[in-house]
Amino acid sequence: MSAYLSIRNLSVALKGGGPILRRVSLDVHPGQVHGLVGESGAGKSMIGKAVLGTLPRALQVTGGEIWLDGVNLETLPPSERRRRIGATAALIPQDPLTALNPSKRIGPQITRRLVDILGWSRADAQNRALELLAEVHIPEPARVMRNYPHELSGGMRQRILIAAAFAAEPQLIIADEPTTALDVTVQKQILRLIAQMQARHGTALMFVTHDLGVVSKVCDSLSVLYAGLVVENARMRRFFTRPIHPYSAALLAATPTYTDPFGSLKPVPQNVITAVETEVSQHDRRTGA
Amino acid sequence: MRDARADVRRPVGLRLWLSGGWLSLLTLAAIFAPLIAPQDPLAQDLFLGRLPPFWESGTEPGFYLGTDSLGRDVLSRILYGARLALIVALVAGTLTCLIGATLGLIAGYYRGWPDRIISRFVDIWMAFPPVLFSILLIAVLGPGLVSIIIAIVIIDWTRFARVIRAEAISQGAMDYVASAQVAGRTKFGTMLAEILPNVLPTIVALLTLEMGIAVIIEAILSFVNLSISTDSPTWGGMISEGRISVHQAWWVLVFPLITLFLTVLSFSQLGEGLKDRFDPVLR
Ligand SMILES: Nc1ncnc2c1ncn2[C@@H]1O[C@H](COP(=O)(O)OP(=O)(O)OP(=O)(O)O)[C@@H](O)[C@H]1O
Ligand SMILES: [Mg+2]
Repeated sequence: MSAYLSIRNLSVALKGGGPILRRVSLDVHPGQVHGLVGESGAGKSMIGKAVLGTLPRALQVTGGEIWLDGVNLETLPPSERRRRIGATAALIPQDPLTALNPSKRIGPQITRRLVDILGWSRADAQNRALELLAEVHIPEPARVMRNYPHELSGGMRQRILIAAAFAAEPQLIIADEPTTALDVTVQKQILRLIAQMQARHGTALMFVTHDLGVVSKVCDSLSVLYAGLVVENARMRRFFTRPIHPYSAALLAATPTYTDPFGSLKPVPQNVITAVETEVSQHDRRTGA
Repeated sequence: MRDARADVRRPVGLRLWLSGGWLSLLTLAAIFAPLIAPQDPLAQDLFLGRLPPFWESGTEPGFYLGTDSLGRDVLSRILYGARLALIVALVAGTLTCLIGATLGLIAGYYRGWPDRIISRFVDIWMAFPPVLFSILLIAVLGPGLVSIIIAIVIIDWTRFARVIRAEAISQGAMDYVASAQVAGRTKFGTMLAEILPNVLPTIVALLTLEMGIAVIIEAILSFVNLSISTDSPTWGGMISEGRISVHQAWWVLVFPLITLFLTVLSFSQLGEGLKDRFDPVLR
C-alpha cells in the first residue's frame, strides 16, 4: 500500500543557522494514524508545519521531498501548493484558545474553506457544519454557529476545531498535541473523539504528542524523534514489544502508563542521551550541516 | 456545557452617551452655523466691545456669551470655529489613520524587509520634536487649511504605525492565522480578512484619539498664528486673543477653552468606549 503522505530526507534549518530537522523520513498511510513522539523541542511541530507550509519565518526547508498523494509539494509553485494543501489536508491545532479568530463567529470559520476552496454553496456548507458539530457532540449546533469563540469553553472550542478539520473530508489531518491545552478529564473525551472521527471518516492522521501512552491507544505506526533526527520508524505492535533504538526503549521505560501505571516517571538515562547526541553529531558531520 | 459568557449584555455606558452627545451637538452646530449663529462672526462694532455673557449686567440682547474687544460675538465665533476644528479632525484624523495603520499592519504582519524599512523610517521620524516640526512645515508650506492637515498627518502617522505594528505582530503569531493559510488563504488575504478585524478596535480608538489631537494641534497652530488667515474664526485664535484681555474680559478666553477641552475629552472618551464595544472579547 502506498503512503498518502511520504516525507523523504526533509531538512529544515534556521535561516543562516543550525539544523532543526535532520533528513526526516516517514510515511502516513491512507486511513491510518501515525504518531510522532519526542521530547519538547525535538521538532515534532516543525514537521507538521513544513508539510502544511506554515513554518515560522525564521526557518526554511533546506532539502528533501514532501510527497502528498504522489505529488512532491516542494516542486509546486506557492499558490498551487496552497491550493492543494487546502483541498486535501487540515490541521487540528494545539491551542484551541488562539486557533479560532476571536473577531468572527464560529459558523463562517467552519464553512469558509468549504465555500472558498471546495466551491460549495453557502447553504450546503451551513448544513454540513451543523451535521459535523452534532457529530462532535456539540449541543445546540445552530446556536453555537452564531457564537464568538470567547463565548465558549476550551473543550467546546477544541471540538469545533475537530469538526472544522473534518468538515471538508480531507485525506490527511495533522493533529499537533490536540489535547495538551485542555484539562485531564476533557483530554480523554477529545482523544476518544478524534479516534472515532478518524475511524469513521477513514482519514490519514499524523498525531503529534509526547505521550507514548496516548500513542499506544490511537496509533498504527510511529516515528520517534530526537533533536530533529528520526531515531526509529516502527509499526505499533513491534515498537511496544521490541523497540530497536536504545532511546526508544528508554522512552518506553519512562512512560508509566504503559509499563506500570503506578510507577514513577523514570528519566531517560544519561548514557542513552549521550549515545543519541553522538548519533546526531555524527549525522551532522556526514551531511556537512 | 454551554457557557453563560454568551449571554452577557454590554450597556452602552454613560461615557459613550456623553461624549457621543457632545460631538453630535458640535457637528450639528458646525453644519448649521450660518443658520443658528446669532451674529455675523466677523462683524466688528467697537461700541459693543467686551460685552459680558448674558447672566451679568450690562449686556445687549443677542450676544449670549459676550463679545471680544472688537465687539465680535463669542458664541457665533465658537460655532464657526467648530467648522474648521471638525474638518481638520475628520480629514487629518482619517488620513493619518489610513497611512499609519496601513504601514503598521504591513510591517507587523509581513515582517522581514518591509518591517525593517518601515520601522527604521518611524524611528528616524520620531527623532524630530513634533511641534517644532509642524511649525517648520507650515512655515515652508505657508499657512492654510491644507497645510495644517498635511502637517498633522506627517507628524502623527507614526503613532498609528507603532501601535498597529505591535498588535499585528501578536495577532500574526496566533494559530488561527496558520489555520487560515492551511485553508488556502493567501498572505495578503489573511492580513485583510483575519488580522485586520482583530486590530480594528484599536484602530478605531486611535482614530478618535487622533481626531482630538488634530483639534489641539490646529488650536496650537492658530494660537501661534500659523493657521488659516486671521479673520476666519478658530478656537486657537480666540484663545490667543482672549489671553491678552483675560483680566478685563475672561469670557473671551474661557468659553473657547471649555469648548476645546470638552471636544478633545469627548474624542478620547468616545475612542475608549467604542473600543470596548467593538471588541468581541470582554475585557
Ligand atoms: N519561530 C522559531 N524561530 C526559531 N526557532 C524555532 C522557532 N520555532 C521553533 N524553533 C525551534 O525549532 C525546534 C523544534 O521546535 P518544535 O516546536 O517543532 O518542537 P516540538 O517537538 O513541537 O516541541 P513541543 O513538544 O514543545 O511542542 C526547537 O528547537 C525550537 O527552538
Ligand atoms: Mg510542538
